Amino acid sequence: MNGSKDQILARIREALRSQAPVPGNHDYSHLAMTPSRPKPELENFRQWLPPVESNSENQWDLLTKSFHALKTDFGLLESKARLIDFVLELQRVEQWKRVGIHHGAMTDEIASHLEIEKLWVDEGYDPQAMEQCEVGISECDAIVAQTGSILITAKSGGGRGLSVLPPHHLVLARTSQIVPDLPSAYELLYKRYGGNFPSMISFITGPSRTGDIERIVVLGAHGPKKLTVAILKD
Amino acid sequence: MSQDLTHRAVIKKALGAYEIKRDENRSKYLNWQEARQAASEIKWEAVNHLDHYLLEMTKNLEARGTKVFWASNAEEARQYVISLAVEKKVKSIIKSKTMTSEEIHLNGALEKLGYDVVESDLGEYIVQLNEEPPYHLVFPAMHLTRGQIKEIFKRKLGSDTSDLPEELTMVARNIMRQKYLTADMGISGANFGIAETGMISITENEGNARLTTSFPKIHVSLMGIEKVIPKLGDLAILLPLLATAGAGQQITCYNTMIGGPRQPGECDGPEEFHLVLIDNRRTELLADAEQRDALHCIRCGACLNVCPIFKNSGGHSYGTTYQGPIGSVITPHLRGLQDWKHLSSASSLCGSCTEVCPVKIDIHHHLLHNRRNAATQMPVWWERIAFKGFSIATANPALFQLGIKIARVFQPLHFLVKGTLFDPVRAWTQTRDLPNIPAKSFRQQWKSKQ
Repeated sequence: MNGSKDQILARIREALRSQAPVPGNHDYSHLAMTPSRPKPELENFRQWLPPVESNSENQWDLLTKSFHALKTDFGLLESKARLIDFVLELQRVEQWKRVGIHHGAMTDEIASHLEIEKLWVDEGYDPQAMEQCEVGISECDAIVAQTGSILITAKSGGGRGLSVLPPHHLVLARTSQIVPDLPSAYELLYKRYGGNFPSMISFITGPSRTGDIERIVVLGAHGPKKLTVAILKD
Repeated sequence: MSQDLTHRAVIKKALGAYEIKRDENRSKYLNWQEARQAASEIKWEAVNHLDHYLLEMTKNLEARGTKVFWASNAEEARQYVISLAVEKKVKSIIKSKTMTSEEIHLNGALEKLGYDVVESDLGEYIVQLNEEPPYHLVFPAMHLTRGQIKEIFKRKLGSDTSDLPEELTMVARNIMRQKYLTADMGISGANFGIAETGMISITENEGNARLTTSFPKIHVSLMGIEKVIPKLGDLAILLPLLATAGAGQQITCYNTMIGGPRQPGECDGPEEFHLVLIDNRRTELLADAEQRDALHCIRCGACLNVCPIFKNSGGHSYGTTYQGPIGSVITPHLRGLQDWKHLSSASSLCGSCTEVCPVKIDIHHHLLHNRRNAATQMPVWWERIAFKGFSIATANPALFQLGIKIARVFQPLHFLVKGTLFDPVRAWTQTRDLPNIPAKSFRQQWKSKQ
């Protein structure tokens, strides 16, 4: 059942018989008229978006600035041992009893050191059990220096719920996963998933927040109150 | 009703903080104007080849198990959601923010049939509890103070908290968490539809849309047909523009692209995903080539935030689903020019809306176009008679003087009939105040001062 598909398409085709003026011609018309204007395509967006320097140290500085501004906690860990200590310390301080987690190279390693109840999500899980978890631990596809965003998909992030239901989302990542900007993140998505995208892709930028009461920012509106990114240097 | 200065102060304060953040983030762009131009061209391409991109999008969505329904009008869209709820024996429904749902009055229709429908976006939840429509496209409860929200929660939920925004937010959070897990149906909007990959994109800050689209077995998304864009990669510029123009953020907290129900090998997600594409007279606006770019709108709300009319008269005074300058442009197309032409006159034509629009819609000129079209079309009979009378009276000084004198005597009694059937000027006074006729006219004052 398609509803009124044919009628709507017919109305659209009829409507489009008249030609609309060129886009954005009412002001800054000189821009619209410049013949050498780059096309509005992914590879050209960098000419207009907030700039990101190519060297990785500068990108790291930009990323940490974003993380601070967004109230995303993070750690840059020199070795696997440090990474494990970092997570165990979190567990001790926050007294986790249950953790939601998915299988992956980094998550498996961490799970083997966490001596608490684990909810493995990969083969399906009970949402009520996940609601009882103090933390959800996932990997990610990339980290965007420009915006401080974590790129996850249903594939890389343990499905849809793990990164958004538990009150604390802990992301395990590597420095090599840092990409400079949003266009690079989309290029990576095309390259990695091509014709077979996971059913959910999400850019997570800081812990959940709202400004709906007097425009005052409150963290932890519905999603995680806390977002921590543990980044292993490689 | 006098001027509500407290209300104005609330709005002014809320928008003041936004302006600072918006300017800060806008200044980070290498070229904000060129970014707007690019976004405008992306939307132009999509809107001017709408049939092509809608077919590409729906083909790709259907290939991965999404059910697409094309609704000509609000009734068809409502009926589809209702029959789906009946067929699947749905009991409770959780919603994340969707203005399209407000447009088709879905909540009322579902509640009338006994469904438990809850808005999960905090602002939407507050206005739902307060039984009023959203005040602003993006900030639905911006007109309420924390004290008022505390009272609403106390009255409707029996909660006993302070008026701290943190505590109030936690009240809603705690109520909502079980709802995400137990609702049978999740209803969301869509900020963009992506033709190339067959996806919808949802922009939010709270995580409620993520939860709404993760746990309920059925996910229904409502989307206006004009929301389609050609490519997935277009979002790399549209998402930051939407966030900066709309909320003053570089990018919002969650930007999620959904390409279907749970796929083989995935561990969670809804079993069914239904996309309801809604025309509801958008094709009439599409047919107006002069104003077609109004369909570029990404509902960021930037034009509301800078509009002197919005700031002073407030979001509810429009009486429309879509408030502010863009609402004044599109509502006459969606709901009838003669009934809604007054919106286009409620403008100072300052052009701030056009200047801030991230997709470069020529908003204030379209307000002029609406005024012209309304005048060219034949106005309703009583309006023609009223204006005929007005022009006779104003062209004849003695008659005008007499009219003023009579009005001065009768105006103090006007409150007895104000807005009722017996009110000769009720078309105006139903929703507005009539200014008081001064005790002394200009002529009388002039005479006494000579």
